[in-house]
Amino acid sequence: MSESIHLTVNGVAYPVTVDQGRNLLSVIRTEIGLTGTKEGCDDCECGACMVLLDGQPVNSCSYLAVQAQGRAITTVEGLADGDALNVLQRNLLETGGVQCGFCTPGMLLSATALLDRTPNPSDEEVRIGLSGNLCRCTGYAKIVAAVQLTAAELRNG
Amino acid sequence: MSFTIATTLDDALAALAAGARPVAGGTDLVVGARHGKAPLPEHLVAIDRIAELKTVTETADGVSIGALVSHHQIETHPLLTTAYAGLADGSALVGSPATRHIGTLGGNIMNASPAMDTGAPLAVMLAEVELRSVRGTRRVPIEALWSAPGRTGAEPDELCVAVHIPAPDPRANTAYVRLEYRRAMEIAVVGAAAFVALADDGTIAALRVGLTAVAPTIFTGNLLGQVGRSVADAAAAAAALSMEHSTPISDVRASEAYRRHTVGVMARRAVEAAARRAAGETIAIPVNRAIGIGAAS
Ligand SMILES: Cc1cc2nc3c(=O)[nH]c(=O)nc-3n(C[C@H](O)[C@H](O)[C@H](O)COP(=O)(O)OP(=O)(O)OC[C@H]3O[C@@H](n4cnc5c(N)ncnc54)[C@H](O)[C@@H]3O)c2cc1C
Repeated sequence: MSESIHLTVNGVAYPVTVDQGRNLLSVIRTEIGLTGTKEGCDDCECGACMVLLDGQPVNSCSYLAVQAQGRAITTVEGLADGDALNVLQRNLLETGGVQCGFCTPGMLLSATALLDRTPNPSDEEVRIGLSGNLCRCTGYAKIVAAVQLTAAELRNG
Repeated sequence: MSFTIATTLDDALAALAAGARPVAGGTDLVVGARHGKAPLPEHLVAIDRIAELKTVTETADGVSIGALVSHHQIETHPLLTTAYAGLADGSALVGSPATRHIGTLGGNIMNASPAMDTGAPLAVMLAEVELRSVRGTRRVPIEALWSAPGRTGAEPDELCVAVHIPAPDPRANTAYVRLEYRRAMEIAVVGAAAFVALADDGTIAALRVGLTAVAPTIFTGNLLGQVGRSVADAAAAAAALSMEHSTPISDVRASEAYRRHTVGVMARRAVEAAARRAAGETIAIPVNRAIGIGAAS
C-alpha cells in the first residue's frame, strides 16, 4: 500500500507518496531527484548508498523509506554550500582520493559521521569508520589521508 | 501491507497484539526481505523510537540493557566494555559502523541466527531475556530462547524489552572471539565466548564456554570438571570439548571439518582472554583485534 509522507533531506521537507516496502535509496533518487546517493550492490555491502539519519550512517538501499519519517536525512548534496565544496570534499579531491567517484558520496558521509564523533581519529579509527564503504580504485590510502588532513584542519579551526 | 511507528511501549505491544511484526534497525528484517529470504511481514510496526528501550541501567544485581540499545552503544559503554567485556567484543565485530549504529541488541537476539555475535557472550553470562506482551511479562534464560535457526520461543505478540545480565564476581570476566576472513562486514565462520572466574590462587573457579555457528543454535557448556585446574589446562580442555560437541555444517564459508577444528582454537583463545581479564588485565575491545584474528589492515 502507498502512503503519503514527508521526508526531510538536507533540511528540506519533501512530500512523497511511497509504497511501504520501498527502500529509502530509490525514493531519494527517483522521487526526490537527488542522485548523488548511489546504488552499488543494493545489498548493504558496498556503502555507495550511505546517507546520514540524524547524523548516523545508514545504508539507504536496505532501509524502509517510511521508517525515515521525522528524521533528518543528509545526502552528499547537503555537504557543499551551494557550489562551494566543504573542507572534506576539497581534501578528498586534492589528495587523489577520488578516481571514478562512484564510492565518493558514501565515503564522504561515513567520514562526516566519523569526524563528528571522533575529531582526532587514529588511522585505525579512520579505517574502521570507513569499513562499510568499498572503493575499487584508490586502494584507500589517499582517502584515509584526506580524512586525516580534514581532521587536522578542523581541529586547528 | 501496513506500517506504523510506535513511540511508546504500549503502542508497540498493542500493534503486536493486533498481528504486526516489529522492525527495529531492519538490518536483518529488511535486508533479508530484499534478499528474498522471507517477504516483508504484512503488518509492520517500527519500534526504533521507543526511548525507554534505549537505555543501559546498572542494577543492584547486574545490568539491564534495553532491547533497542545499538551495537555502537554497547561497544562504547564504560560499564559494558569492562565488566561485561565479552558482549562488547561481540557488538564491536558486527558489520560496519552503519550496521552498529542502527542494528540493535534485541534484533540480534530475536533474529536467532546461530552466527549472531552477541549470543554466545550473553549465554555464558547467564543473561535473561525479558519478553513483554499485553498479556504480561516473563523472563527466559537466553540459551532457552533459541529453538532453531531463525526461531525463538517467543510468542508472536511478545516484544523483547530488555536483556538482564547478572553482575560478575570481582575475579570473573568474559571474552568473545570469532574466526573471520576479513575485518569488517563479515559473518562469524565460527566463534566462541568464555566466562572465567578465578580462585585466589589463579586456578579456575568457574568456566562456561558458548559456541557460535557450529550447531543449529548457540549453545553453552558448563565445564565443572575444570574447577581447580590451571587456566592453560582448562583452555586446552575447553578446546577439546568444543570440537567434540560441535555439529557444524559445510557451506560456502567453511567445511564441516574446518569449522570443527577452528572452533577449538577459538574456544582456547576465548578462555585465555577471559582469564586475563578476570585477573584484572585490560584487553582492548574487540579481543579479535588485540590478539590478531582477521587479516591485518
Ligand atoms: C552488512 C551487515 C552486516 C552484519 N554483520 C553482522 C555481524 O557481524 N554479526 C551479527 O551478529 N549480525 C550481523 N548482522 C545482522 C544484524 O545487523 C544484527 O543481527 C542486528 O543486531 C539486528 O538488529 P536490527 O535492530 O537491525 O533487527 P531487525 O532487522 O529490525 O529485526 C530482526 C528480527 O528481530 C525481530 N525483532 C527486532 N527487535 C525485536 C524486539 N525488540 N522484540 C521482538 N522481536 C524483535 C524482528 O521482527 C526481526 O524478525 C549484519 C547485518 C548486515 C546488513
